[in-house]
Amino acid sequence: MATTLQLTALHARYSLLETVRVPIALIGSLVFPALSLLFFVVPQAQVAGDPVIATQAVISLIVFAVLANSLFGFGLTIAQAREQAWDPYLRTLPVTGVARVLSHLCSVGLLGFAAVIPVVVLGALLTAATTTPTGLLGGIVALLVGALPFMLLGTAIGYALPSKAAIAVVQVVMFSLAFAGGLFIPPFLFAPWLDRLSMFLPSRQTRELVVWAVQGGELPWWSWVGVLAWTLVLTVVVLALYRRDEGRRYR
Amino acid sequence: MTITSLATLEGVTRRYGDVTALHDVDLSIEPGSLVGLLGPNGAGKSTVLSLLQGTRRPTTGTVTLFGGDPAQAVNRTRLGSTPQETALPPTLRVGEVVDFVGRHFADRVPTAALAEQFGFGDLLRRQTGSLSGGQQRRLAVALAFVGRPRLVLLDEPTTGLDVDARRTLWDAIRRQHELGATIVLTSHYLEEIEALAERVVVLGGGRVITDAPLRDVLGLVGIHRVRLRTTDPGAVERLAGIVQASRDGDAVELDVRDADAFVRDLVRSEVPFTDLAVRGATLEEAFLTLTADARADVERSAA
Repeated sequence: MATTLQLTALHARYSLLETVRVPIALIGSLVFPALSLLFFVVPQAQVAGDPVIATQAVISLIVFAVLANSLFGFGLTIAQAREQAWDPYLRTLPVTGVARVLSHLCSVGLLGFAAVIPVVVLGALLTAATTTPTGLLGGIVALLVGALPFMLLGTAIGYALPSKAAIAVVQVVMFSLAFAGGLFIPPFLFAPWLDRLSMFLPSRQTRELVVWAVQGGELPWWSWVGVLAWTLVLTVVVLALYRRDEGRRYR
Repeated sequence: MTITSLATLEGVTRRYGDVTALHDVDLSIEPGSLVGLLGPNGAGKSTVLSLLQGTRRPTTGTVTLFGGDPAQAVNRTRLGSTPQETALPPTLRVGEVVDFVGRHFADRVPTAALAEQFGFGDLLRRQTGSLSGGQQRRLAVALAFVGRPRLVLLDEPTTGLDVDARRTLWDAIRRQHELGATIVLTSHYLEEIEALAERVVVLGGGRVITDAPLRDVLGLVGIHRVRLRTTDPGAVERLAGIVQASRDGDAVELDVRDADAFVRDLVRSEVPFTDLAVRGATLEEAFLTLTADARADVERSAA
């Protein structure tokens, strides 16, 4: 049997190949976060004009781009695949659940990161957002780590629900996490109770992690502990759901 | 210790909610055999295959594959399967799909050689979405053999194919069996089981009704089908030993337990008839009678 790593790479490569053959599927995920930046950040002079605030606003929308693409990409791709006969067939091949889940992280996850590029470019050109090369690099690493809970959450939804239900759940989860995580409205405007609540959410935790990596300053302990905890818990949940999954046909 | 069976089900029951798909089933697949799983929709055929593939687990009982748990990927390295529907990823090319599946196996058949054996050598550059139903089916069945498997499970391998395409695929499957693959196949086409299988397992209502060599299954039922034309169908149908009768104008078709006795009775009754024809039951007829008998047994024991 090929190793888990080889099979992860194999599945990721073919999954990317399939997606690239229908490139229109990528457009929606690339455009939405960029539009949000154009409509909500660029026109507001006091946000777009202040280097610190503008950078945080761009980071928030980058985290939102990854969040949205992870939930939709993983949740819908997996839920839909489970309803077709090809996915149950793949389960009969000598490949472990670990390799299949990892391959999703590498393929769907990679495509999700493509949505970050237009936001970064527009943010750099049209706002006062700025950073150093070290800050940019640190931000990318922090984003890669902070994206794990989102991807795993999307994967869990994909394995737990049929695709119609997954669409609804993904939308509710995405907007709740985005608003309560301070991705649309900066957390310093939050009421104290909401601020406290949002510290438990992976969206807020990842936002703080990336802001710290890009701008420096103090890293709140709950942000990295939270990302780590969500990643561990969701990994266990996803593997359990994969093992439990028997496709959608009942006979 | 001797492990002779490639795969076994021992006392396996599988429920889906309230529905019992398999009820206390015992089955073992010996090396070198070509086993046909036969039964109507809902009899449990697909459930048996999915248990052997490890995609489903038994509610109670034990399933083994090469002596281990089929849910563990490592026990599926010598297993070949084919998707039930034609569900190949439409944007991938034929050669890419074969390579993708082949790379799961340590010792794989080269893509060109496999394509040659299953007759799609000229299609390797085509996207699977552009293939005809028959071409997709050939590719899907070929995928089951790409990893040089010891055990191959074929679920409805020729569903939706015309007669020529079906025969081509049967030849390919027979060749693979002669090369040493053990094959389990399910089919709605009863002539397919008749053409390929050496051993037939008849499932009905989630139970094994019969598990015997093909010849014995046919002999077991012993039903013969009699056709004739007569001006007095009523009189013919009143003769003894008729299991089932149907009429179309002056043509009468009868299933009888003992064809010889029936013909003697027919002649003795002096009912006028022409165009008498007698033949053995097809597997389909045998299987309908078997499942009907099993149902009657269950009803009797319930009463």
